[in-house]
Amino acid sequence: MTERPHLAVVGAGPAGLAGALAAAARGVRVTLVDAAEQAGGQFYRQPAAALGARRPQALHHQWRTWERLRDGLERHVDAGRVTHLTDHHVWCVEGESGAFAVHALRGPAQEEGVTVRADAVLLATGGYERVLPFPGWTLPGVVTAGGAQAMLKGGLVLPGRTAVVAGTGPLLLPVATGLAAAGARVAALVESADPKALVRRAPVLAAQPGKLAEGAWYSGQLVRHGVRVLPRHTVVEAHGADRLEAVTVAGLDRDGRLRPGTARRIPCDTLAVGHGMLPHTDLAETLGCTLSGTDVRVDGEQRTDVPGVWAAGETTGIGGAALALAEGHIAGRSVAARLHGTTPDPRRWATASRSRTRLREFFAALDAVYTPPADWADRITDDTVVCRCEEVTAEQVRTAVDTLGAGDVRTVKLLTRAGMGWCQGRICGPAVAGLTGCPFTPGRRPFARPVPLGVLAALPEQETD
Amino acid sequence: MVGAACALYAARTGLDVRVVDRGPVAGGTTGAGEGNLLVSDKEPGPELELALLSARLWAELAGELGASVEYEPKGGVVVASTSGTLDALTDFAAGQRAAGVTAEPVDAAGLRELEPHLAPGMAGGVRYPQDAQVMPALAAAHLIRASGARLHTGRTVTGVLRAADGAVLGVRTDQGDIHAPAVVNAAGTWGGDLAALAGAHLPVLPRRGFVLVTEPLPRMVRHKVYAADYVADVASDSAGLRTSPVVEGTAAGPVLIGATRERVGFDRSLSLRAVRALAAGAIGLFPFLERVSALRTYAGFRPYLPDHLPAIGPDPRVPGLYHACGHEGAGIGLATGTGRLVAQALTGKTPDLDLGPFRPERFEATAPPGTNGDNNR
Repeated sequence: MTERPHLAVVGAGPAGLAGALAAAARGVRVTLVDAAEQAGGQFYRQPAAALGARRPQALHHQWRTWERLRDGLERHVDAGRVTHLTDHHVWCVEGESGAFAVHALRGPAQEEGVTVRADAVLLATGGYERVLPFPGWTLPGVVTAGGAQAMLKGGLVLPGRTAVVAGTGPLLLPVATGLAAAGARVAALVESADPKALVRRAPVLAAQPGKLAEGAWYSGQLVRHGVRVLPRHTVVEAHGADRLEAVTVAGLDRDGRLRPGTARRIPCDTLAVGHGMLPHTDLAETLGCTLSGTDVRVDGEQRTDVPGVWAAGETTGIGGAALALAEGHIAGRSVAARLHGTTPDPRRWATASRSRTRLREFFAALDAVYTPPADWADRITDDTVVCRCEEVTAEQVRTAVDTLGAGDVRTVKLLTRAGMGWCQGRICGPAVAGLTGCPFTPGRRPFARPVPLGVLAALPEQETD
Repeated sequence: MVGAACALYAARTGLDVRVVDRGPVAGGTTGAGEGNLLVSDKEPGPELELALLSARLWAELAGELGASVEYEPKGGVVVASTSGTLDALTDFAAGQRAAGVTAEPVDAAGLRELEPHLAPGMAGGVRYPQDAQVMPALAAAHLIRASGARLHTGRTVTGVLRAADGAVLGVRTDQGDIHAPAVVNAAGTWGGDLAALAGAHLPVLPRRGFVLVTEPLPRMVRHKVYAADYVADVASDSAGLRTSPVVEGTAAGPVLIGATRERVGFDRSLSLRAVRALAAGAIGLFPFLERVSALRTYAGFRPYLPDHLPAIGPDPRVPGLYHACGHEGAGIGLATGTGRLVAQALTGKTPDLDLGPFRPERFEATAPPGTNGDNNR
């Protein structure tokens, strides 16, 4: 047994990996708990080894960074400083300062309970896609932008032959170019925002030469693959009998409202829709961490307001892999210092800190530009299913609001069951909030994922009651 | 829920009713409830009489509101695992029968017929056909709508307006005054705070309960099924954790498992100790649940008074103030009867039941100094 302090890191994406490596290099025993079979998270998602991809780097940017993380993890694992638990799905973290229990489910059916005890926790749980429904969104052939990208990166499967990529946000570019590079015909990239608005934020952009270069590279790829870009347009409806056959797109005016007479039909068999990401905050919320809007609130050391709990990456605010790396690194160094009973010197991570500041500014600017069009909720027809788990339509939500006195998402949920199903409102939450006419707030989910009752019943007794 | 029922029955006597809530409809304990309409768990006495009255009224309302409140007269089954508890349960049921409850003894073979997935080896049980179920949030919303009362949600009562002689003139809210000669306190777990605004002492306290909700399943549990020690728990004065699982299927598919009983104030944070006990208890009754997933768990705060009876009726200390709170874990079930009694009190009719045991001023002797009298805060 070792006397070294023990950190549990939840999530092996960029933030979790950077945090684990930084802490492990400074005398902390680390257990890295992750749901995937391999490290990397969503950003560095790896093709399954059995597929024998010869050039997985062709699908990734920043392959060198990934190699550095991967090799670092391997070294620490070999040296016994890091324990990497793959295929462990964390459903709850409980505890108070200095004594945490990370409860996970293991195995393909996720039926076996595992508990990891630690002195501190770093939450690097990443984000998930914001889904906004529209008529026809449940047709087979309609996928999320991230889903399409995950298929490209992980399974190397081409989701369809003729694709439309739509929604808003910087993720649409790599999805469109990725699909095109993989051999799909990308009929259009439909972006509801006006990317020219970014130009007005030039000072922030100028500080980001790397990001500019990346954007320019993607634009070049779009041109190369002949992808038609439709800025200030939106998908109004997806058509098809049994599966997707076409989409109707229309132009938007400056206020985000449909421009009459601009609707046109584009035949396609795949529609990848993305409206940006939302942070996973369930574990943090149950631990009692304060949120700021949809994000876990952290200080300069990436500490939450619950002693012993750090957070980094998308869970503290959507900002991409480079920001996650910086935050994870700072978190890992702070954990190491604090667990050794010392106060860390922020000057030691000045480089990461500067890059964190710049990237946060950059993504704040992106956020301001890439917002869903103003009337998206009004355009959801009454018969459109908004909660797929419980099959709740937009009409049912509107009735709860108009005639039963529901003015918030929780009451709508109680009166319609929207958000009570398997996904616990992760998919329909933004849609229900939009239809209810209130801002989206993260739901309270004590269980971050479904837990077999047998696992609950067999939980270890707590040492302190 | 209790406020909604009061609004409905008061409106039906011809009164002009307004419902004021600082949150949304069903935003407090109602929204965290399971919707139990139980007679089975009550010993003979005033609460059981109220439960029987309420059960009749619920059945009436169900005919009127139809499926919109998900009323299900599915009946309850109380099981005993040993012959010792079965004897106690059988005696208890005999007393209930004398008070007007339909309670049918069931032997071990009969239990398997009623609930095929029940754990083997149970000694026997009692079936209570009068136990029923509603979806509480829907019930509250639809009762208010049916009442025609004006609904002011998101509006906080900050004071009770009173005349020089102490009589109620209405309420002060964060969005203006509402004038009325009568104010009904149906603030549930927060009923003590509202009473205090009128200068009356009413010691309502929270008792936390966790409920577990499973993934949707085909109907595997047909009744409300619980273990015999639940009956002992309800009347318990223990501050510690008391768990005896009530397991039931719902119209929507999920199985509900509840509920724990703890006195920990308004602490909403997850207690894995509590949900572990719930899960273990439920699996003890229905072994198939071991592999069924819980999708969520949530806490609610039952409003209880020291003698475990609600406060119902006029407050002689504050003319014009009526109480309808403190129903502990039975507020959904007892709401209709409470609403009827309050409406009768408001209109000067003879109530269906003696309000004596529910007198709101019955805790006067225990009042700490300075919490009663003319303190107008």
